[in-house]
Amino acid sequence: MNVLALTGLIGMGSAVAGYLGSLTGLGGGFIIIPLLTLVFGVDIRYAVGASLIAVIATSSGAAAAYVKEGFSNIRIGMFLEIATTAGAIFGAFLALRLPTHAIAVIFGLVLMNSAYLSGRPREEEGGDVVKTDRLALLLKMNGTYPVPRGSRSYNVRSVPSGFGLMAIAGVLSGLLGIGSGAVKVLAMDQAMRLPFKVSTATSNFMIGVTAAASAGIYLNKGYIDPGLTMPVVLGVLIGSTIGARHLFGAETKKLRMIFGVVIVILAAQMIYSGLKGWIIP
Amino acid sequence: MNHGMEMLVGNLLRSGVILAGATVFAGSAIYLFYHGFDVVHYKTFQGEPEELCHVAGIVKNAFTMHGRGLIQLGLLFLIATPVARVSLSLIIFVRQRDYLYTAVTLLVLGILIYSLLYR
Repeated sequence: MNVLALTGLIGMGSAVAGYLGSLTGLGGGFIIIPLLTLVFGVDIRYAVGASLIAVIATSSGAAAAYVKEGFSNIRIGMFLEIATTAGAIFGAFLALRLPTHAIAVIFGLVLMNSAYLSGRPREEEGGDVVKTDRLALLLKMNGTYPVPRGSRSYNVRSVPSGFGLMAIAGVLSGLLGIGSGAVKVLAMDQAMRLPFKVSTATSNFMIGVTAAASAGIYLNKGYIDPGLTMPVVLGVLIGSTIGARHLFGAETKKLRMIFGVVIVILAAQMIYSGLKGWIIP
Repeated sequence: MNHGMEMLVGNLLRSGVILAGATVFAGSAIYLFYHGFDVVHYKTFQGEPEELCHVAGIVKNAFTMHGRGLIQLGLLFLIATPVARVSLSLIIFVRQRDYLYTAVTLLVLGILIYSLLYR
């Protein structure tokens, strides 16, 4: 296939991926990598590089909006970024050493798990403020966020377990070229007991920095091909911008279900092709 | 962190993405014009030529108006956007005399710069 045709097809596929990713909150990276490897036969290293760059683009764009609304907690984000960036560098080095089949299998497993995590019903803000702990107090993490009338304050707890989960999120991001937003939200939502909107906004705020930490290493190792990454980045940016405008519709729930099924099929396919390559080289 | 600073951080992020997107778009026009009918293979991993793998090489390549170099420069702007955001946070924490978070931010910035200059 020539460059023009390939660029057009990948651009369109990425726009759809970006649209679905932002509508469902799973992020574009989850569809980009299976799309490039399974449909276009791209080597997973190029796919991971392109996806990571797309992740930076969408997260920076979305974070710009969230920060202005005042939902992100910049202190919590910055502190936890120590864990995610260090983890991301470790993950990128791991990606350089692991066989590509193993990366495909790990990707499939993480994909299934994330689909499960984001598909669970969420309890909306209960209103009762949790007891904070000394570490959160020392790190000045407790904050407020806007509600329809004024603002509501919240407390933070379990900083060490949140930090640990963030390190795992960083490793996955650096290894697989994804934003691993699901694990980040899990760390802040479940472990540190942040209000859901604050954890989503802060997670989005952190994804770009986490991805940038492994992007430098990917760039140096030649994982980032300009010809391939260009349609992916432009497509995902366009798709996710449109997706963000369509948020909160009634059909979102139904779409989330369909998307979940697609994800599981893609994940199974990635695991299968990884294993096949492993057993029969 | 007050509202004015949040607006500043938000605007920085948005401008970074717009600058990067425009540069990638310009580069893609040149690349597609000269190489639109070439046949490419991404099936086997070959890595990228040396000059497209590090900051100095990419800048030099982009200034000679090579399509691929210009796209890569746009991607570099994209990677630099979160780094710029962390740098801006550093300035904000220093001005607030928040030494704990100045140290935290310096650590994050150090990790990011290590990765970007990794050879």
